[in-house]
Amino acid sequence: MSAFLVITFSGIALGAIYFLAASGLSLIYGLMDVLNFAHGLFMTIGAYLGWEIATRLPSSFGAPALITLAIVGATLGGAVAAGITELVLIRPLYGKPISQILVTIGLDLAAVGLLMGGFGSTALQIPVPLWLIEPTRIGSMFLPNANFLALGAGVVVLVVLEWFLARTRYGIIIRAGVENREMVRALGIDVGRAFTLVFVIGGAMAGLAGILYAVVFSGDLISPTQGDSLLIFAFIVVVIGGLGSIRGSAVAALVVGLLQDYTSFYIGGHSGWAQIGNLSTVLLLAVVLEWRPRGLFGRVV
Amino acid sequence: MTDAVAVSDLHVSIAGSHILQGVSFNVPTGGVTALLGRNGVGKTTTLRAILGLVASSGQIQVLGHDVENWPTHRIVRLGIGYVPEDRDVFSALTVEQNLRLAESSAAARYDDVFSLFPELKQRARQRAGTLSGGQQQMLSIARALLNDRPLLLVDEPSKGLAPKLVSEFASVLERAAEHSTVLLVEQNLGVVKRLADHVVVLDHGEVVHRGGAGDLDDPALVRRLLGVAGAA
Repeated sequence: MSAFLVITFSGIALGAIYFLAASGLSLIYGLMDVLNFAHGLFMTIGAYLGWEIATRLPSSFGAPALITLAIVGATLGGAVAAGITELVLIRPLYGKPISQILVTIGLDLAAVGLLMGGFGSTALQIPVPLWLIEPTRIGSMFLPNANFLALGAGVVVLVVLEWFLARTRYGIIIRAGVENREMVRALGIDVGRAFTLVFVIGGAMAGLAGILYAVVFSGDLISPTQGDSLLIFAFIVVVIGGLGSIRGSAVAALVVGLLQDYTSFYIGGHSGWAQIGNLSTVLLLAVVLEWRPRGLFGRVV
Repeated sequence: MTDAVAVSDLHVSIAGSHILQGVSFNVPTGGVTALLGRNGVGKTTTLRAILGLVASSGQIQVLGHDVENWPTHRIVRLGIGYVPEDRDVFSALTVEQNLRLAESSAAARYDDVFSLFPELKQRARQRAGTLSGGQQQMLSIARALLNDRPLLLVDEPSKGLAPKLVSEFASVLERAAEHSTVLLVEQNLGVVKRLADHVVVLDHGEVVHRGGAGDLDDPALVRRLLGVAGAA
C-alpha cells in the first residue's frame, strides 16, 4: 500500500512538471494557432541557464540560495528566449502555419546543436541542497522532497494562471483573442502585444519546467536534448487536455503523469518492459483521439 | 467640414474573387449615411476594409487620416465604434468583461449604456454566449457606444431580430447619431428611411447611386437599385 502511495505521489509530481511544460504550449496554440516546436528549447535554455547560475555563483551563497536563484533564472531565461523568438521569428509569419512549424523546428535544431557544441552532449549536474535529495517521512512513507517542490510549483502556476486569465485585463484580452482575434483588434486593442505576452508567459513556464524536471526526475542532470524529450509529453498532454484549455492541460498532465508512473512501476519492473510507461501515454493519446478528438476540455475545432 | 470617411477607388479581392471594384464615396461628418445594396454586393467588406480587417488597395481616409496599411487597432483608436454583422460578442466572457474589453479610457459611459439597455446591467455576470440574439446585439451596440466615438460603423443591426427590438435599436442609433457620425449598413428599408440622411448604393462591387435619403421615396429607383418594393 505504501509503495502505491509513493508511486502515486511521484506520478502527481511528474504530472505537475508536464503541466508546466504543456500549459505554455497550449496557450500559445490556443491564442495564436502557432504550433511551437521550439518550446522544448525554452525548457533546455532554462535548465542550462539554471546550471550556469548554480555553478558560476560563489558557493558561499549556500546551496538553497543557489538553487532558488537557478530556478528564478531558468524561468526568466525561458521567458526572454520565448519573447525574442516571437518578436523576431514568429511575428513575420502569422497566418503561415507551415512556415511557423519549420522555423521553430529549425530554431530548435540549430540551438540544440549550439548547446552541444558549447557544453558537450554529456549530461551536466546541477548542484542542489541536500534536503532536495532527502525524503520526508509521513507515517510509514518516505516521500521525496523534490516531488513536493514540483507539486508546489505546478499548483502555484495553475492558480496564478487561472487568476491572470480570469481577472486581469490582459488575461481577458487573451481569452477574447482565442475566440475572435479580429474583433479584439476592432475594439482598438493591439493583439500583437498580447501575443508577445503569451509567448513570454509560456516561455517562463517552459524554463521552470526545464530546470524542475532536471532537479526532480533526472537526478539533477541536464542535457541539450532533454527539453525536446519533455516536449513530446507536453504535446501529448496538450492534445489530451484540449488545445487552448489550461484546466484541460492540468487534468491531462495529472492523468499522463500517474499513468506513466503506474505502468513503469507495476509493469515496467519486468525485464524488457522498461519503456512501457512511455508507451502507455501514447496509447492513452490514441484512445482519447479516437473517442474525443478535441480533447477532454477542448473547444470544437 | 471634412468628411468623416472618404474612400476612393477601393479594391478588395478575397480568395480570388474581386469583391470591391473601385468603390468611391464619402460620409459627411454628422448624421447617418446608409450603405445599401443587395446581398453580397460588398457592403460588409467595405466596412471591413475601412477598419483594415481585409487587405485593400485605394485611398481610405478616416477622421482626417490616411489609414491605408494601418493596423486595425490604430484605425479604431482614431475614434471608431464598430457593430459587426454577426455581433461577435465574446461568448466565453461575461457581459461585464465584454464591456471592459471595449473600454478605451476611464471616461467609459457605463451609466449611459446601462440606461439604454438595463437588461445588460442585470445580466452583467452572465456569459455572453448564453444571451439571446437580441441581448447579444444590445451588448454589441453597447460596446460601440461605451466610449465617446466620433464615428460609428454599424453593420445590419436589425438582422434576425423581432420588430420591437429593431425599432428599439433604431431609436438608440438615432440618439447616437446626434453626436456621432454613423455609417450604417442595413437591409430593413423602414429603418433606413427613419435614420438615414444620405444613401450610397453598391452593386456588383461598385457605387451605383449617391444621394439624399429622400431618393428612397421613389419606388421605381428603389426597385431598380435594391431589387425590392419601395413601399416599406
